[in-house]
Amino acid sequence: MTTTVEAMHGGHAGHDTPRGATPPVFYVRDEHAHEAASTALGFWIYLMSDCLIFAVLFATYGVLGTSYAAGPTPKELFDLKLVALNTSMLLFSSITYGFAMLAMEKGRTAQTQGWLVVTLLFGLAFLGIELFEFAHLIHEGAGPWRSAFLSSFFTLVGTHGLHVTFGSVWLVTLMVQVARRGLIPANRRRLMCLSMFWHFLDVIWIGVFTFVYLMGALR
Amino acid sequence: MLETLTTFLFGRLSLESFPYHEPIVVATFFAVMLGGIALVAALSYFKLWGYLWKEWFTTVDHKRIGIMYMILGLIMLLRGFADAIMMRAQQAIAFNGSEGYLNSHHFDQVFTAHGVIMIFFVAMPLVTGLMNYVVPLQIGARDVSFPFLNNFSFWMTVGGAVLIMASLFIGEFARTGWLAYPPLSGLEASPDVGVDYYIWALQVAGVGTTLSGINLICTIIKMRAPGMTMMKMPVFTWTSLCTNVLIVASFPILTAVLVLLSLDRYVGTHFFTNDMGGNPMMYVNLIWIWGHPEVYILILPCFGIFSEVTSTFTGKKLFGYTSMVYATVVITILSYLVWLHHFFTMGSGASVNSFFGITTMIISIPTGAKIFNWLFTMYRGRIRFELPMMWTIAFMLTFVIGGMTGVLLAVPPADFVLHNSLFLIAHFHNVIIGGVLFGLFAGIYYWWPKAFGFRLDPFWGKMSFWFWVIGFYFAFMPLYVLGLMGVTRRLRVFEDPSLQIWFQIAAFGAVLIALGIGSFLIQIAVSILKRKQLVDVTGDPWHGRTLEWATSSPPPDYNFAFTPVIHDNDAWWDMKKRGYVRPLEGFRPIHMPSNTGAGIILAGLSTALGFALIWHIWWLAAVSFIGLLAVAIGHTFNYNRDFHIPVDEVVRTENERTRLLSGQV
Repeated sequence: MTTTVEAMHGGHAGHDTPRGATPPVFYVRDEHAHEAASTALGFWIYLMSDCLIFAVLFATYGVLGTSYAAGPTPKELFDLKLVALNTSMLLFSSITYGFAMLAMEKGRTAQTQGWLVVTLLFGLAFLGIELFEFAHLIHEGAGPWRSAFLSSFFTLVGTHGLHVTFGSVWLVTLMVQVARRGLIPANRRRLMCLSMFWHFLDVIWIGVFTFVYLMGALR
Repeated sequence: MLETLTTFLFGRLSLESFPYHEPIVVATFFAVMLGGIALVAALSYFKLWGYLWKEWFTTVDHKRIGIMYMILGLIMLLRGFADAIMMRAQQAIAFNGSEGYLNSHHFDQVFTAHGVIMIFFVAMPLVTGLMNYVVPLQIGARDVSFPFLNNFSFWMTVGGAVLIMASLFIGEFARTGWLAYPPLSGLEASPDVGVDYYIWALQVAGVGTTLSGINLICTIIKMRAPGMTMMKMPVFTWTSLCTNVLIVASFPILTAVLVLLSLDRYVGTHFFTNDMGGNPMMYVNLIWIWGHPEVYILILPCFGIFSEVTSTFTGKKLFGYTSMVYATVVITILSYLVWLHHFFTMGSGASVNSFFGITTMIISIPTGAKIFNWLFTMYRGRIRFELPMMWTIAFMLTFVIGGMTGVLLAVPPADFVLHNSLFLIAHFHNVIIGGVLFGLFAGIYYWWPKAFGFRLDPFWGKMSFWFWVIGFYFAFMPLYVLGLMGVTRRLRVFEDPSLQIWFQIAAFGAVLIALGIGSFLIQIAVSILKRKQLVDVTGDPWHGRTLEWATSSPPPDYNFAFTPVIHDNDAWWDMKKRGYVRPLEGFRPIHMPSNTGAGIILAGLSTALGFALIWHIWWLAAVSFIGLLAVAIGHTFNYNRDFHIPVDEVVRTENERTRLLSGQV
C-alpha cells in the first residue's frame, strides 16, 4: 500500500510539484482546536453589530433631536454636574475592570475577584444615577412620550443603560464561575469577552456624553 | 371581576380573536390540524420522538442543521405560495363589479404575509441552509466555529415562523405590506395584533439570522484547512462570506428600527408618528438601509452556486476567478449606497436622487461582469445539461431581463412614473425568482447527492423545471405590461375590464408554477423510493472540483478523517489530477462538539415571550423572560461541551467507505 506516502512528508503544505514527481501533501494528521481562537473574533463581530444598533439610535437622535414639539429642550433638562458624576462612575469602572484583567493575567484569583466587585459597584452606581435622572425627568413631565426629541433621548440613553444592566448580570455570573472553577482557560476567555463588552459600553457612553449632553447643553 | 381576571390571564386574547367566521381560514385550520395530528400520530406510532430529539433537534452538526433549514424553507414555501395563488385568483376574477372571494381585511393580510414569508422564512432559511451545509465542507472543516450557536440560530428562525403561522389562526397578521411603513403600522391606524405579530416574528427570527451570520464569518475566517488562502477559497465560500458580512452589518439595523416601531406602539413614543415631532420617513430610510443589503444577502450565495455549477458542468476552471471575487466584494459595498432608490418620490431633491440613481446603475457593472464570466466559462466547454446546469442557464436568461428592468427603475424620472406599480412587482419577482429561487434549485439539485447519497430523479426534475420557468414568464410578463399601463400594486378589485385578460394570463402562470412545485415534491418522493437505482457511492457524482466532493455522501459526522491540505482553488480537482490516494490507516480519535437541548429551549421561551408581548399577556412575558435568562445563564455553567469520536468508530466508518468505493456493494 502506498496510501500514506504523502502524509509522511509532515504536516505542512508543499508547493506545486511537476507531474511524475512525489505527490504533494494532501492532508495533515495532527488535530488543532479552533473555538478558542474564534471566540475573540466572533465577539468582536458581535460588538460591531451592537455598535450598529447604537448607530441607528444616534442617527435617529440626530434627526429627531431638535423636534421638541413645543416641549422642553436639552438646555432646560440636562444637569451637567450629575452627568459628569455619572460619566466618572462608568470611566472608573472601566479602569477597575482593566485592573481585574491585569490580576487575571498574573493568575491572582482573589485580586481579580476583588477588582470585579469594585467594577460592579461602579456599574451599579452609574445605573442608579441614570435611573434617578430618568425618574426626575418623567416627574417633571419630560417623559419619552412628550416629544420626538425625548423619545430618541430616552431610547438612546436607556439602551446603553440596558446594556450596562446585562453586563452587570453577566459580571455576577462570571464571578460565581471564577469562584467555582478558578481562572481556567474557559473562564479567562469569558472574562476577556466581558472586558471587551464593558469597554465598548464606555466608548458608546463617550459618544452619548458628547453628542447628547454636551452638545445639547450648547444648543 | 371576571373580566379583570381574563384580561390578566389572556391579555387581549379572547374567543373573538379566533377567525371562526372566515370560512377559508377555518377550512385551512382543519386541514392543518388534520395533517398535524396525522404527523404527530405517525411519529408516535413509529416511536420517532426520541430519535428526532437526540439526533436532530439537539444536534450541533452543521450538516443536519443545514438540512433542517432546508425543510423549514420548503414548508414555508408552500405557505407563501398558497398566499400567492390566492392573490392571483382574486385579481383574475375581481372585475365587472365582482368583489372576488377575498374581503379587503383578508386580502391585505395575504399580500403582507406573502412578502414577509417568502423573504424571511423561505429565501433566508434556504440560503442559510445551503451555506450551513456546504461552507464547512468546502473549507475542509469539521463544523462551524460555534456549533451550539448554530443550533440556537436555527430554532430562533423556527420560532419566528411559528409566530407568523400562529397569526393565521389566532388573531390576524399585519395589513400593511411587507415592510410595515408607519404611520399605517402605527397604533392609530393598526391598533390590532397584526403589526405586533409582524414585529415579534421578525425580531425572534432576526436574532437567529444575526448570530448565524457571525458564526459563518468566523468559520470562514478561522477554520479554513491549511493552504487555503483567501484567494484559494471556492467562489461559493467567498459569496457566503460577503453575504454574512452583509447580514451582520444590516440585520442590527432592522432590529433597531423594529424596536423603535414597537416603542411607538407599546410605550407611546413619537419616532414615526405624525404628531409630536415624529418622522415616518425616518422609518422608511432605516428599514431600507437594511432592506437593500437584504436582497444582496439572498442573491450573492446564489451567484456562488451558479459559479460552482457552471465550472463543474462545463468541466473547466471558472473563468476570471479573481474578477468574480472582486465583483462580489464591490457588490457587497455598493449595496449600502443605494437604499434611497426605493423611495425616490420621498422628495429628497434632484441631487440626492441622482446620486442614488447612479450608484444603483453602477451595481449592474460588477453583476454584468459575473454574467460574462459564466458565459466565458461555458465557452468551448463540454457542457453537461444536468438539472443544476439547466437552472443556471434559465437564470442567466431570466436574470438579465430582471436586471435591465432594474436599471430602468434606477432612473429617477422613470421611477416617478413606475414606482408602486405592477412594473416594480414584475421587476423584483424577476430577479428574486429568476435569480434567488433558480439559484436555490440549482443548489438543491447540485448538493442533494452529497447530503443523501443518491441523486434526484431527472424526469420529475425536468417537469418541475419547465413548469417553473414557463410558469414564471406567464405569471410575470403580464405584470410588466400592466405596470406600464399604470396599474398599481396591492389592488383587490378593478374597474377597467380591458385589464382582466392580463391578470388571467398571470393566474395561468401561477397554476403552471403550482404544477412545478407539485412536480418537485413528487420528484423528492419518487427519488426516495428509487434511491437504490439513483445511488452514488463515490461521493463525487458530478466530477466535482471543490473539497465537499472529496468525502463520502452523506459525509461522516466528522466530515474528513484527516484535515485536507489545499494547493489550488479547485482543491479536489487538483487532488484527483495529481494522484491523491485516500488514506486507509493511522486514524485518530476526533474531537467533536456535543449535542445540547439549550438551543431549542431558549428559542421556545423566546417564542413564548413574543406571543405574550403580542397579546399583552404580561405575566407570561415576565415568566418567559426570566426563564430565558435562567436557561441562558444555566447553559454557561455547563463546561463539558465536547467529546472524542473513538478511533474504532472512525476506522469502522472509513472501512465502510473503502468497501463501497471498491465496488463490493
